[in-house]
Amino acid sequence: MNPGAYITLSALLFSIGAVGVLVRRNAIVVFMSVELMLNACNLALVTFAKQTGDLSGQVAAFFVMVVAAAEVVVGLAIIMSIFRTRRSASVDDASLLKY
Amino acid sequence: MTGEFDVPKVEYALVLPLLVVFGGALVGVVIEAFASRAWRYTAQVGVTVTTLVAALVSTVLVGVGLDSIGGDVPARGELVVEGAIVVDGPSVFLWGLLLVLSLISALLFAERRLEGGLTSFAGQAAALPGTDAERVASTERIEHTEVFPLMLFAVGGMMVFPAAGDLLIMFVALEVLSLPLYLLCGLARRRRLLSQEAAMKYFLLGAFSSAFFLYGIALVYGYAGSFDLTAIDQAVSASTAGTPLLLAGIALIAVGLLFKIGAAPFHAWTPDVYQGAPTAVTGFMAACTKIAAFGALLRVFYVGFGGASWDWRPLIWVVAILTMVVGSLVAITQSDIKRMLAYSSIAHAGFVLVGFVGLYSGNATGAGITSLSSVLFYLTTYGFSTLGAFAVVTLVRDAGGETTHLSRWAGLGRSSPVLAGAFAFFLLAFAGIPLTSGFMGKWMVFAAAWAGGAWVLVVIAVLTSLVAAFFYVRVIVVMFFSDPGVDAPAVAVPSALTAAVIAVAVAATVLLGVVPGPVLDLAQQAGAFVR
Repeated sequence: MNPGAYITLSALLFSIGAVGVLVRRNAIVVFMSVELMLNACNLALVTFAKQTGDLSGQVAAFFVMVVAAAEVVVGLAIIMSIFRTRRSASVDDASLLKY
Repeated sequence: MTGEFDVPKVEYALVLPLLVVFGGALVGVVIEAFASRAWRYTAQVGVTVTTLVAALVSTVLVGVGLDSIGGDVPARGELVVEGAIVVDGPSVFLWGLLLVLSLISALLFAERRLEGGLTSFAGQAAALPGTDAERVASTERIEHTEVFPLMLFAVGGMMVFPAAGDLLIMFVALEVLSLPLYLLCGLARRRRLLSQEAAMKYFLLGAFSSAFFLYGIALVYGYAGSFDLTAIDQAVSASTAGTPLLLAGIALIAVGLLFKIGAAPFHAWTPDVYQGAPTAVTGFMAACTKIAAFGALLRVFYVGFGGASWDWRPLIWVVAILTMVVGSLVAITQSDIKRMLAYSSIAHAGFVLVGFVGLYSGNATGAGITSLSSVLFYLTTYGFSTLGAFAVVTLVRDAGGETTHLSRWAGLGRSSPVLAGAFAFFLLAFAGIPLTSGFMGKWMVFAAAWAGGAWVLVVIAVLTSLVAAFFYVRVIVVMFFSDPGVDAPAVAVPSALTAAVIAVAVAATVLLGVVPGPVLDLAQQAGAFVR
């Protein structure tokens, strides 16, 4: 196994997620990009766990999945409440708070 | 990787405060499910206050019983739950501080007189703003009493966050404290669109930053082969040069923590969220989240990455300068009180970072305050005045709810001198005028930073404090030396709850400024982190 390749892939996924958060306008897509970043973290954790022969990295990946699931619950609730009020999930439309 | 599974050893007596808080939160959830609507408010407030008081008592007991383990700066305490939680002097100090401030915030949450017998949280968050459903909810006097268990969960997360001895636990604690706060931000009764928008911004940016934090953890894990801060410390100290893996990991973890603190350039969420969230929640967030996040920052960087301090110090220097300058300069142009307080909290984060980066651990005789103790003391002074200031903001109202525009506060000093006087006093404390707690806090932080050799930062900090003093004084001038407008807001008469919050905050601000000795001793006795 070549850990370098997996780490590169995870860094790539993480960057795609980060760019997605910054350039996409739909709150749901932004949120999906964050989830992509979390999964990139999982890939890195599992790779390092395999490389060092230490189990805790794999266990950590499970924790991250649970946390991500909890985040989905809270996040979708918030985005839904905004969407129902405004009929739009665009992050550009939510612009009452500024300056 | 086979077979044996050892049952972990849990020191229940030492983690009792955490168990009490989480237990209380769970009781709150059960009440929500089974108690009738008429009883929920009373039951929830009772459970919340009882839980926080019980946790505070057990924290004091834990603190008194901590074993001393010596060291250059005497440290007390031990690693518990297989190293996942560290119960040491700084942890216990922060627990106590967080519990006292949460107890005060709980009183603000429970205030009911200002909205005609209802709490300041949305009656039914699922009912759309401006619809019949929302009106029905308010005529039937429905309340979201879930805010109390949500708050207790957030407090539990905040207590674990600075006490985590393990990066994974720290990440989980970060989420446990953040998720309830995202929800609480979106639950304002008035101006619900603003509140929902604040919740969405806080959530998206918070999730974004915690992804950075997590990737940093993954990289540091790859470097050290362990999540344990002690093991990371050994790995960092053993190597002579920082590798790219470690440096990238430190930087990403710093991004996650600095976001929670509200340090520039990761501060963009702070003004929006502080303005949009219900004011009681804003006060709770501004005081307690900042304290918990600074505790975690101190632990990660002092314990885990202490050996690489030459690598991360320049980074924190830049962030500290940027934070102070941005916070103080942008605050001048603000016309909304809550937004101005938000920028002021950014500037204060910069001042605390000055103390943090000094890395001073006392002189040979053991005299002089250490960086750690000075930061703990500063957080104490800042927490009380901030909560008090936001409590005052909840009282200046007109028919549409709170009036936070600065121009509407004109002449407040004539119509209600006591309230305006209290607010002016908090502002003077923020500005760091002698005989207020803010002065002592700034003095301690700057002294520790100076002793640690960061005198350039101290000079910049003093200059930005002067700039910051300008906008605090401007608010005082508006309140006391200008005529009230025709549409001047009324000052609502609060129940004993909010009045008690303001009274306690004023008392703490005076006492910490005039006789800081006892609390300073406590902060000094917190000693050092146990590794």
